[in-house]
Amino acid sequence: MTGKELPASNIADLQSLLRRREISPREVLDVLRARIEDVDGKIDAYLSTDFEGAAEKAEKTDVDLPLGGVPIAIKDIISVAGQPCTCASKILQGYRAPYDATVIRKLRAAGAIPLGKTNMDEFAMGSSTENSGFKLTRNPWDLSRVPGGSSGGSAAAVAADEAFAGLGTDTGGSIRQPASLSGVVGLKPTYGRVSRFGLVAFASSLDQVGPLTKTVRDAALIMNVIAGHDPQDSTCLNEPLPDYTAALGRDLRGIRLGLPKEYMIEGIDPQVKSAIDAAIAQLETLGAEIVHVSLPHTDYSTAVYYILATAEASANLARFDGVRYGHRAENPKDLLDHYGRTREEGFGAEVKRRITLGTYVLSSGYYDAYYLRAQKVRELIRQDFAKAFERVDALISPTSPVPAFKIGERTEDPLQMYLADIFTNPANLAGICGISVPCGLAEIEEHRLPIGLQLLGKALDEARILQIAYAYEQSADWHKARPPIAANMRNG
Amino acid sequence: MAKGSDLDVAYVAKLARLNLSDAETELFQRQLGHVLNYADKLRGVDVSQVEAAAHAIPIFNVFREDEPRDWFTAEEALSNAPRQANGLFIVTKVVE
Repeated sequence: MTGKELPASNIADLQSLLRRREISPREVLDVLRARIEDVDGKIDAYLSTDFEGAAEKAEKTDVDLPLGGVPIAIKDIISVAGQPCTCASKILQGYRAPYDATVIRKLRAAGAIPLGKTNMDEFAMGSSTENSGFKLTRNPWDLSRVPGGSSGGSAAAVAADEAFAGLGTDTGGSIRQPASLSGVVGLKPTYGRVSRFGLVAFASSLDQVGPLTKTVRDAALIMNVIAGHDPQDSTCLNEPLPDYTAALGRDLRGIRLGLPKEYMIEGIDPQVKSAIDAAIAQLETLGAEIVHVSLPHTDYSTAVYYILATAEASANLARFDGVRYGHRAENPKDLLDHYGRTREEGFGAEVKRRITLGTYVLSSGYYDAYYLRAQKVRELIRQDFAKAFERVDALISPTSPVPAFKIGERTEDPLQMYLADIFTNPANLAGICGISVPCGLAEIEEHRLPIGLQLLGKALDEARILQIAYAYEQSADWHKARPPIAANMRNG
Repeated sequence: MAKGSDLDVAYVAKLARLNLSDAETELFQRQLGHVLNYADKLRGVDVSQVEAAAHAIPIFNVFREDEPRDWFTAEEALSNAPRQANGLFIVTKVVE
């Protein structure tokens, strides 16, 4: 074992070593730091790290706590006290979070150690992490390709063994799609299952925080810590909290899985299609029954999503006015000049585009035609899911119609980029939970590129989709495939 | 639903307090025109019997007692301010 090789790849294996006192939390951090210093120059997953602060915490942590001594990478849109929280935007360059988000407070109480802040599309607006105001993150499986987005930094960090696990946020697929493209597990919890206090808001009726991990069990371990009611977030549900690891290992007999016919579209890459077909066959051999279902309003979801998400973003991003924090334009001649130039200089192109679109769909004369109509179609999409879940326990689809695309391939045409979310954004509109789990490798230009299987569950049914994903993962073993940059690492 | 061509990016950017260069204005006009044309497909949906969804999962008013709590000190609240003095944010002149 070289100094740069992690002692274990996933949280569960790491915890066995920690709890047997075969390695100390401090030693884990030292190895992880060496690993990051070795490979992050190639991947660029992190925007900032806090090795000193983490080392201090590691000395005091109790390894018998639920996540004791486990370092976690945090998407740079979640507040970690004293650390930068830029949302990968120049408008927040230099900003330091004055307090911990509730999810960070809960992780710390469980013994986890926030290690650094990961790159993302600016304010989580994007599907490739190319909209970062600071740098490009590369896909560990092929450095000429994107890791997906917007939580691309957390996904790439986990895939490249620069983290045992990461937190991301998912507004239209921003956890699941990068998990799929980078070959890791990503869970979007039910709307309201996880507190958003301390999360910088993008689209408040859609945003959720969730884990990106090497394995399904690790996702369950993190959910056990971060889920649950928070009086500081009035949208956070006050519902009983299950032990998400309890159902792992149960067989799939009696489970009914729905295949939405609207998700079998022309644009699916043939290698993705065959991987999903194989995964469906595998789930059947595990005892699940496959049922054909229809979600008739699927074709409208991307249009609904981009109207609602941009409308909410235009209101949420009004707070970036150069008064209380962040960038302020030099020598404004009056207040309008102050606002106009502060925002021109601070925001990147995609954020400006979305603020413009969102302002338009909310503006006088267009509100009913766009925003209100989109809200009504959203309700129809929600009802589609409710009807499907009367017949099935979960729905299956590809997470993304294609494997990771090339850097620069989709940046010229925003609509093409928006269509990267077609299989993921309906779950956000309906408020339900979803998970992406590795289900194959496409072979493109001598590279192997991960493919993700998406399982969608009804509201608050995370335990069920974790159970199904775990049964699939353990029988298929795709989670043991490693990208070239991590290939010398031990399997986890 | 209005046609995408109704979009006047320069006017909307003013509403959003967002300066755009001429090149950006022209680019967004074209790109967002495409997005709005795509969104026109929503015109085909019958929504006459549908009540708009405000939130995906119904959640009712959440109340708490209006009691003071310890939170930020003035110093912490000002810690990220671009300009500050005497415990206050310094803003651009509003009134002549």
